[in-house]
Amino acid sequence: MSDERALIDVENLSKAYGGMPVLRGLNFHVRPGEFVALLGANGSGKSTLLRLLSGLSKPTTGAIRVGGWEMPGEAMAVRAQIGLVTHQPLLYQNLTARENLDFFGKLYGIGREERDRRITDLLRKVGLRKRADSLVRTFSRGMKQRLSIARASLHQPDVLLLDEPYSGLDQAAIERLDEILFAGLDAGRTIIMSTHQLERVPRSAGRALVLSRGRITFDDATGSRDMSEIYRSASA
Amino acid sequence: MEEKTKSLPTDLRMEANPPPRLLRVLTVVTILGFAGTLALGLKVAGTDIQQGEIQRIFYIHMPSFFGAFTAFGLTVVGGVIYLARKSERWDRIALAGVEVGLAFSLINLLTGSIWARPIWNTWWTWDPRLTSAAIMCLTYAAYLMLRAGIDDPGKRRAFMSVYGILAFVTVLITLFIIRIVPETIHPVIVGASPQNAQGGFEATSGVVIALVPSLLLWLTLMPITIIWHRVRLEARIEKLHQLKLQALSE
Amino acid sequence: MKTPFINSVAAIIGKDLRAEMRARELVSVMALFALLSILVFSFALELDREAREEAVSGVLWVTLIFASLLGFNRSMAQERDQGNLDALLLAPISRAAIFVGKLLGNFIFTLIVALAILPLMTALYGLALLDGWIIVTTTLGIFGFATIGTLLATMTVQTQAREALLPIAMLPIALPFLLTAVRATKGVLSGAPAAEWQGPLGMLAAITVIYLVLCLLLYEYVLEE
Repeated sequence: MSDERALIDVENLSKAYGGMPVLRGLNFHVRPGEFVALLGANGSGKSTLLRLLSGLSKPTTGAIRVGGWEMPGEAMAVRAQIGLVTHQPLLYQNLTARENLDFFGKLYGIGREERDRRITDLLRKVGLRKRADSLVRTFSRGMKQRLSIARASLHQPDVLLLDEPYSGLDQAAIERLDEILFAGLDAGRTIIMSTHQLERVPRSAGRALVLSRGRITFDDATGSRDMSEIYRSASA
Repeated sequence: MEEKTKSLPTDLRMEANPPPRLLRVLTVVTILGFAGTLALGLKVAGTDIQQGEIQRIFYIHMPSFFGAFTAFGLTVVGGVIYLARKSERWDRIALAGVEVGLAFSLINLLTGSIWARPIWNTWWTWDPRLTSAAIMCLTYAAYLMLRAGIDDPGKRRAFMSVYGILAFVTVLITLFIIRIVPETIHPVIVGASPQNAQGGFEATSGVVIALVPSLLLWLTLMPITIIWHRVRLEARIEKLHQLKLQALSE
Repeated sequence: MKTPFINSVAAIIGKDLRAEMRARELVSVMALFALLSILVFSFALELDREAREEAVSGVLWVTLIFASLLGFNRSMAQERDQGNLDALLLAPISRAAIFVGKLLGNFIFTLIVALAILPLMTALYGLALLDGWIIVTTTLGIFGFATIGTLLATMTVQTQAREALLPIAMLPIALPFLLTAVRATKGVLSGAPAAEWQGPLGMLAAITVIYLVLCLLLYEYVLEE
C-alpha cells in the first residue's frame, strides 16, 4: 500500500501504554509539501501520534517511514529531517535566545559559520532580533513559542511537526505565530499540525485528518468545506 | 456504571488458570525438602559444644542469604532480558526476585539477630557485614518504592530493570565486605575466619550433613518455586488491571 | 547524518557551564549546603582541632554525597522543566553522548565544590586535607558519584515524586564509593604507610570503571519510552 511519492508513510500503526490502546491501526501517507491539520478531542491520540512520528516514542506495532527511512531502526536519519514544536518550548531558561539556537545548531552538526548565518536569519524572521541576547526566562510565552519555531527550523527539516502550538497564547501572539509559520518560513515544507481548536486551523491547511479514540475517522482534502462540519461528522 | 460492573461481558472474565504440572511438582518437593532439612538441622546434627542449641539457627541463617542471592540474581537476569527483548514476563520475574529476595534477606537478618543475642550478647551491632546486609535490604526496599512511583508501565519496567541490575552491587558488597573492611566480627564458616571473628564453630561432619542439603534447597528450589508462584500472581494482577481499564473505557 | 560524539558531548558541557555561569544555581547551592553541613557536623559531633581523622573523613564524604545529590537533581531538573530532555532526544546524537555530557558537567560542578571545602576543612580541623592523594581520592570518588547520580537522576526526574526519590535510589548504590573513599581518605590522613590505603584507593578506581561501563550500557534504557 505504500505510496511512492509519500514523504511520511504510516502503516498499521498502533501504540498502547500498559495495555491501554491509544492509537489503533492507523494508515496514512503524507506527500512532500502537504499541510495536514490533525484534529481531535483531548486524549484522542494526537500528541502520541506526533511523538511517534518524531521518534520520541516507539510504536507498539506497525511501521513509520520518513523520507524512506524506517523507524525506529533508522531513527538517527529520521531525526535529522524532523523539527518538533510542542506546547512546551524545549528551551533553556538560563541561556539567551541566540545561545539556545547555537546549542541546538551544534547538536545538529551545523558548522559555525553556517550556524551563525542561519541563527541571525531565523531570529529576524521570528521577530526576536532585538531580544537575541536576552535570557529566555525573561521571554513571554508567545516569544518563547516563536523561538521554539526557530529552534525546530534551524536544521531545515523536511517535516515540521506542530503539537498544539497555540496553547496558552493570546490572539495577537497567535496571529504573529501564524504569520511566521505560513509566510515567514520558506515555503514547500511539509507540516503536520495538531489542534483541538477548530477555529485555529489555518486556511492554508489543505488536508484534515481527524482522530477519534485512536482511530482515523476522517482523512481528506478540506476544500471549501466547513471544518466544524467535517469534525462533527467525523467524531460522531 | 453500576450495571457495567455487575454484568461484565464474558470475554472480560478471567479464565481459570491452574498451575502447570512442573510447578505443582516443584511445590511439593520444596515443601518436603524444607521439612527434611529442618529435621536434619534440628535432629540429625549434633548440638554444638560451645554454643548449644542456638547454633542450629545457622542451618537457616546462612542458606537464607544464599536464597536471597539467587532471587536477586534472577532480578538481574530478568532485567537484562527485559531490556533486550521487552518481554513483560521477564520484568515480572525481576519484580518477584526482589520481593522474594527481600523476604529471604529479612529472614537472614532476623535469624542472625536471634543468634547474636546469646552469642554476641546483643541483638544488633554496627559490624560492617551486618551494616551492609541491612543496606542491601534497604536498596531493595528502595526498588519497590521507586517502582511504585513510576506511572507509565513501559518506563516503569525499563527503569526498574536498570535499577535491579545496579542494586545487585549491594549483594556483592555484602558477600565481599570483609575484603574491603577487614575488622568484622562476623564469623566465616567456609574458609578462614577473620581474626576478630566471634562465635565461629567448626564445620564438623554433622554440621556439613545438615548444612549442605539446606544450602542447596535455599539456593535453588526455594527461591525458584516461590518466584514462579509470584510471577503467576503478578501476571493475573496485570491482567485484572488491564480488564478494569478496558471495562471502564468501553 | 549523525553529529560526532565528541562534538555533541562538548556542546552539552558547554551549554551546562554557560547556563551555570548565568544563573549559578548549582555550584552556589551545593557549596552553601556543604558549608552548612560541615558546620552542623562540627557542632553535633563536637569536632575540634583534635578531631580524629576517622570522623573528619566521614564528615567530608557524607557532606560531598549529599551536596552532589542536590546538584544532580537540579541539573536534571533543568533538562526536564521545559521538556528539554525531549529536545536532546530529538537531535541526531547518540544517547551515550547525552550521558557523557551530563556526567562531565555534573562531575565538574561537584568537583569545584569539593575542592573548595577541602581547604576550609583543613583550616577548621588542622588536618592536612590538601594532600595530593586526598585530592586524587576526592576526584575519583566524585566521578563515581557523578556516574551513578547522572543515571539515577535521569530516571527519578521522570517519576512522580521526582527530587525525593534520588537520595533513596542513590545512597545504597553509591555505597561502594563511599566505603572505599572514606577508607582511603582516612588512611592518607592518618599518615599510614601507602600500602594501607592503596588497596581501598585501587578498589575505588576499579569500582568507578565498573560503574561507568554499566551506566554507559544502561543509559539509553532510561531515556527511551
